[in-house]
This record gives sequence, C-alpha cells and structure tokens, in this order.
Amino acid sequence: MSGAGRGWFAVALAVALGAVLTFLTLPIVAIFLQQPPRDLIAALGEDGALDALWLSLQTTATALALILLAGTPAAYLLATHHFRGRAAVITLIELPLVLPPAVAGIALLAAVGPATLLGRAAADAGLELSLATAGVVVALTFVAAPFYLRQAVSAFEAVDPTLLDASRTLGASPARTWWRVAIPTALPGLVAGTALALGRALGEFGATLMFAGSFQGVTQTVPLAIYDRFATDFTAALALSAVLVAVSAGILLSVKLVRGPDPLRG
Amino acid sequence: MRRLLALAGLLAVAGCGDDGTISAGEGAKPQLVVSAASSMQEALTACAPGYADAELRLQFAGSDELAAQIRQDVPVDVFAAANTELPEALEAEGKLETPVTFVSNELVLAVPAKDARVASLADLERPGVTLVIGAEGVPVGDYTRKVLDGLGAARSRAVLANVRSNEPDVKGVVGKLAQGAADAGFVYLTDVEAAGERLTAIELPAELDPSATYAAGVVKAAKRPEAAEAFVDDLLAGGCHTALLEAGFGEP
Repeated sequence: MSGAGRGWFAVALAVALGAVLTFLTLPIVAIFLQQPPRDLIAALGEDGALDALWLSLQTTATALALILLAGTPAAYLLATHHFRGRAAVITLIELPLVLPPAVAGIALLAAVGPATLLGRAAADAGLELSLATAGVVVALTFVAAPFYLRQAVSAFEAVDPTLLDASRTLGASPARTWWRVAIPTALPGLVAGTALALGRALGEFGATLMFAGSFQGVTQTVPLAIYDRFATDFTAALALSAVLVAVSAGILLSVKLVRGPDPLRG
Repeated sequence: MRRLLALAGLLAVAGCGDDGTISAGEGAKPQLVVSAASSMQEALTACAPGYADAELRLQFAGSDELAAQIRQDVPVDVFAAANTELPEALEAEGKLETPVTFVSNELVLAVPAKDARVASLADLERPGVTLVIGAEGVPVGDYTRKVLDGLGAARSRAVLANVRSNEPDVKGVVGKLAQGAADAGFVYLTDVEAAGERLTAIELPAELDPSATYAAGVVKAAKRPEAAEAFVDDLLAGGCHTALLEAGFGEP
C-alpha cells in the first residue's frame, strides 16, 4: 500500500519536472531551430547587429564597473554594521529588483529626465543622459545594481567575524582587512552577484527604451535591436536572441564553475 | 513565442479594462480582437464602448508589429493599419481579406509648445538640433523617410544626422517630445491634437506629400468573420469612423 503510494508520488514528481523542463526549454531551443544556423550567423554580420552587440558590451561593462565600485563597499558596510534603519535601507536598495521595467523608465524620467532640474544640470555639465549612451548606462545601473548588492551583502554577512577580528588584531587596518580578508573570503558570492547583475543589465529593455530611446550605435542595445527587427527581419531578431541565450548560458556556467553546484543561493 | 507572450499580456490588460463595463451584455455580444495602429488609440478607445455589435478587445502597437503577429497566426479578427502597404502585403500572403482604406492622416513636424527651438523644416538641418522619428518599417517612420527623400539627398542627410532615436511606434515619438527629450519629431496631426497644449504642429509642404492613408481588413483566420466585417464597415462609415474624424483624421 505505502509502496504503491510512493511509486505514484515519484511518477507525479517526474511528470512535474518533465513539464517544467519542456515549458522552460522549448522556447529557447526554438530560437535555434526556426532558422538554419548558417542564416543566423549571416544575420549577425549585419552592421546594426554588430553595433548593438558592441554597445551592449560597452554599456553593460560600464554599468558593472560602477556597480562593483560603489556597491562592494556599500554592501560591506551594510553587512558588518547593524545601525538603526538598516532594514529600511536594505529594502530601499532592493526595491528596483521588483520594479517593472516600465516603472523604472518612468522613475528615471521623473528623476533625471530632460525636463527635470537634475537632468538639465547634468546636461549643462556636459553629461547628456537623455537619448545618449550615458542614459543607457544609468538605466542598466539602476535595474542591475540591486542584484549585485543583495548578493554582496549576504556574501559579506557570511564571512566569519573572527577572521576579520584576527586580521585587525594582527595589526591590519580596517581597509586592509576588507581588501585582503573580507573580499577574498566573500569572492564566490560577489562573483555570483556580478553574474546576476550582468545578466539583468544585458537583458534590460523597457527602461532603456523609455529613458534613452533607440538609436543604432548610440542607445540601441541588443534587446532593443531585437525588438526593432522582430517585425521587419525576424531572422536577425532570432540571431541576436541566440547570441543573448549563448552569453547568458555562458554566464550561468561560469558562475557554476566558480561557485560549485549552487550558484544562485546567497 | 516572445510576441505571443506580449500579445497575451496585451489581451490580459485589454480584458481587465473591458470586463467591468461590458459584463452586462455578457454572452450576448461576440468578442472581436482588433489590432490597430498606435495613432488610433484615443479615437478607437473612445468609440469602442458605444459599438453595439461586438465587444471590442483593442490592442495598439506599431502597425508592423501587429502585422508580424498576424503573420505568426496570433488570433486577431481585424487589422487596422496606419498605411496601405502592410495590409496589402498580408493580403498577398493570404493572411488578410481585401483591405479597404477608411481614413487619412497627415504627417506633421511636432515641436514642444513652449520654447521650441525648431520653427520650420529647414531648422532640422542645423547641427545640434535633436530629432526623434519612427523606426524604419513602422508606417510613421516610413512616411517620415519618404517626406525627407523629397527634400533631396543632401538636405535629407543633414536632417537624418540629427536623429537621436528611432522609436518603435508613433507614441514613442510623442512621449520623447512630451518629456522634452528632443527638439522635434515627425508624428501625425492627430497625435498633436491628442497631446493637447503640449505640442505644436508645423505643417509640411504639400509637394512633399505628407498624407497617410489607413487601411483595414478582416483577418483570414478570424473566428467571427461577419462580426469582423461589420466592424470594418463601422471604421468605414459608422460610429468609429465619426470618432476618428473627431480626433482629426480625414476622409480617405
């Protein structure tokens, strides 16, 4: 009786896994199957596609550099100091994580759009954001930073405090302790956070279109190029999608190699 | 797949908006899915509740995107485009019954109502002026390029050099202008009227042929072809035709 019950349950679990796997992989596999690989590769040779790939690479790298530079010390502070209002700060920082892209776009327009004081001040200072590459970087940073920060805070929290104490007892300054002990120990978590932020930044669409517009070589990142082509040149849209799938798979795999089998857990 | 999901999302949103008001006639009226060009959004949204013969599920986007959805057999009953080329192409592919032209519109140069830096077509050639237009393949983008072609190669190139964004539909252009992100943009006259006080229209010379003709047709795979046909007739001469004229559209 109980043996038969277990057998039935095991089958149900397997069926559920099969359904999940089919649903999640079929669309991705379809990207590669709808056109012959030769056509996909040929479509990538087109000027606009290369521009979009190059622009996505540049803007994502810049956004990630900003996120790492400011986010790593900020996350360390949040992980090691338990001040009043810390929970509120963490909630605020994580908010863009769950914001719909359209809301992110409107929020950026309302805060630093061309009609705002801040936006005008930035433009006067020579930093044109609206319809400019810098605007893409702002949009990517805004939506991707929380992914890194969340992961970095929990990675620093997991560092054994006695390690940090020992380092300081041995005479290392707090900065040196941070650089030589905390960061190396938390590195796998930081790498995972970087990968998540990278994936989010590469895929950003809505906020970029609303805030920075769409222009080849200036603001048209790969997702925007895909959208631009899907009505006129479906093969090119498939080809660019295939590149994003490959890059995303590469990110996921490399994180698995760095972190072991369980990359996405803090 | 992506666009199926996008459409599902759009339909879900359209459904949310409609259910509350139409529930009284539930079951009585056939439901029609209408894919219409973005520029008709205000007018058709206004006339839809008063349309007696069907419950209209309207979805708006660039006509080229809507055409691509119909090509992928997304279940749509009526396609109303901002040009005649896309419906004719779909007809040639066997996806659409013979389309009819039902209204016309006019491409204009739109500038912010306050502190405009652009006062004429010639101003667009000045370096440093920022311009936002529709992407290639979107009707408003194609009309824009046709008008610019009429200026001759050199002037057209000077104008295109000032383009800062190619938007996926005309609402994107209007949005960028309303935000003050650009000095000028090419949109339809009806968009400027819908934007109220915020935008001013600069009319284009007639020799550049800034006219736009809208065509609609019943999708071959429509589930209710008669109801779809009746709605196309309404676009041609009924309540929705009147609503379009009130919004600034012209007779075809």
